[in-house]
Amino acid sequence: MRIGKDLVAATATPLVLGILAEGDNYGYAILQRVNDLSHGELEWSDGMLYPLLHRLERLGHVESSWHASPTGRPRKHYRLSRSGQAAFAEQRRQWSVVSAALARVWDDRGPGAALALGGA
Amino acid sequence: MDDFSLDDQVARWRTAITAHRAISSDDADELEGHLRERIDALEAAGLAPDEAFLIGVKRIGAVDDLSREFALEHSDRLWKHLLEPRTTSTGRRTILTAAGFAALAALLAKVPALLDSDAGAQAFGGGLVSVSNAVALVLAALGGYFAVTRRAPIAAWASAALAGAVLVAAVNLYPFSPDGMTLPLAVAHAPVALWLLAGIVFAAGPWRSTATRMDFIRFTGEWFVYYVLIALGGAVLIGLTIGLFAAIDVDATRVAQEWILPCGAAGAVIVAAWLVDAKQAVIENIAPVLTRAFTPLFTALMIALIAVGLLQGGLDTVDRNLLILFDVTLLVVLGLLLYSMSARDPLAPAGWFDRLQVVLLVSALTVDLIVLIAMLARIGEYGFSANKTASLGLNLILLGNLVGAAALQTRFALGRIPFATVERWQTAYLPVYLAWAAVVVLMFPPLFAYA
Repeated sequence: MRIGKDLVAATATPLVLGILAEGDNYGYAILQRVNDLSHGELEWSDGMLYPLLHRLERLGHVESSWHASPTGRPRKHYRLSRSGQAAFAEQRRQWSVVSAALARVWDDRGPGAALALGGA
Repeated sequence: MDDFSLDDQVARWRTAITAHRAISSDDADELEGHLRERIDALEAAGLAPDEAFLIGVKRIGAVDDLSREFALEHSDRLWKHLLEPRTTSTGRRTILTAAGFAALAALLAKVPALLDSDAGAQAFGGGLVSVSNAVALVLAALGGYFAVTRRAPIAAWASAALAGAVLVAAVNLYPFSPDGMTLPLAVAHAPVALWLLAGIVFAAGPWRSTATRMDFIRFTGEWFVYYVLIALGGAVLIGLTIGLFAAIDVDATRVAQEWILPCGAAGAVIVAAWLVDAKQAVIENIAPVLTRAFTPLFTALMIALIAVGLLQGGLDTVDRNLLILFDVTLLVVLGLLLYSMSARDPLAPAGWFDRLQVVLLVSALTVDLIVLIAMLARIGEYGFSANKTASLGLNLILLGNLVGAAALQTRFALGRIPFATVERWQTAYLPVYLAWAAVVVLMFPPLFAYA
């Protein structure tokens, strides 16, 4: 399924914040997690993740530190800061409102909704 | 593809993305780590290394898109500020170490002059020997800075310190005759030897490795550029200070000459060394531009020198000052060549610039031959003296270097040998300079009866 560019861009920040809320992480693993969470539907270009992480760092929502990976290469790890946790909570609220509204629109359709979804 | 080397390809990809100023070397580290993990995962899934590399690079994104995204985010990077606030603790520690050693160097620079008995004769408030000692002490401080920041093993800095002490002792203890040339020769050659000994401390262990020696050559070139920048700024500062104090009828020239100038020059040695490490990304953009700008100019100069040398009459009556000028130009050209070599990506194929360097090398070789012939003629006429022998030795050494370098560079420009061979020739030649400088300091004075 091709998901629209704008939708992918809009969901990028809440997804990354949510993944970091699960625990400290680094770039490649974050991408893997996005892939897992969306069952392969969301494919981010690898290089687009890092400017996003840097923007979040500039805004103060995440903090970074360098650690050594198991292979010995230096690796940059990210974690949520206090303001990042607040930002994540805010994003959750906003998305809950939006998805509740969408769910209501689909439910209200009744039988027509089944038609629109390609059902019998 | 049997010649595919993953490390080489990743390094070239990395050079491509860091060419865009929006992507700093830290970002490049991050992206490179990511790329390598992606490649490892793909190889584990069964792909060949070159396939994994291609897919990994495509996944990361085209270089232009990548740098555009980074530029949007880091618009402040497109003009590199020399002083970024480094609030991490290691950054602060490095700055404190550098500041400490700079202060130490500034203090040590004045110690020989203060201890000297016949002060007042020279510009910095001391005799020729105390100037030499001051330079030696400042270079010792630089060696100490290397030992601390690069964590040199004891064997490295102890042997360098011992050799340096022997050289300094020779300059101080030999009974030089005050009008002779052996003392100025020793004083001129000692810093060269001491700088190369500091290079041994810089290597912090693998002093035989080509890569480490190339690193030191690169460091020397970049240090020189930063030092010149600081010196220009310092000159403006001192000039303004003297002018300001003159306006209120206070003569500040003596204080400036005897205190500000030597202490500033000494401290700047360490500060420039710190800047080379701390601000690598800045100089990486300047070095290739500088070498590309100056190499054609120096090639033209060399050709002009050859014309002058051949047109001004017989080679046995060459003016002595002209010979000195030729020698100085040759040394500058050698420095420029070494610097270009260190600033060059070793994996890039031969281009117009490398072919131009062949021309430069051949013309420098011709100038060297002219000087040698003239030198031999003068020695034949006036006999061996310390000055002439030192000059002869230097020119012979340069001849050896230039012959090898010209031959290798030609073969590289024709695509027969890799650039690594050209590099290895120059780095293998470094001990020759050290040995020659040590010979001039230690063995010339007794050989020429300290005259």
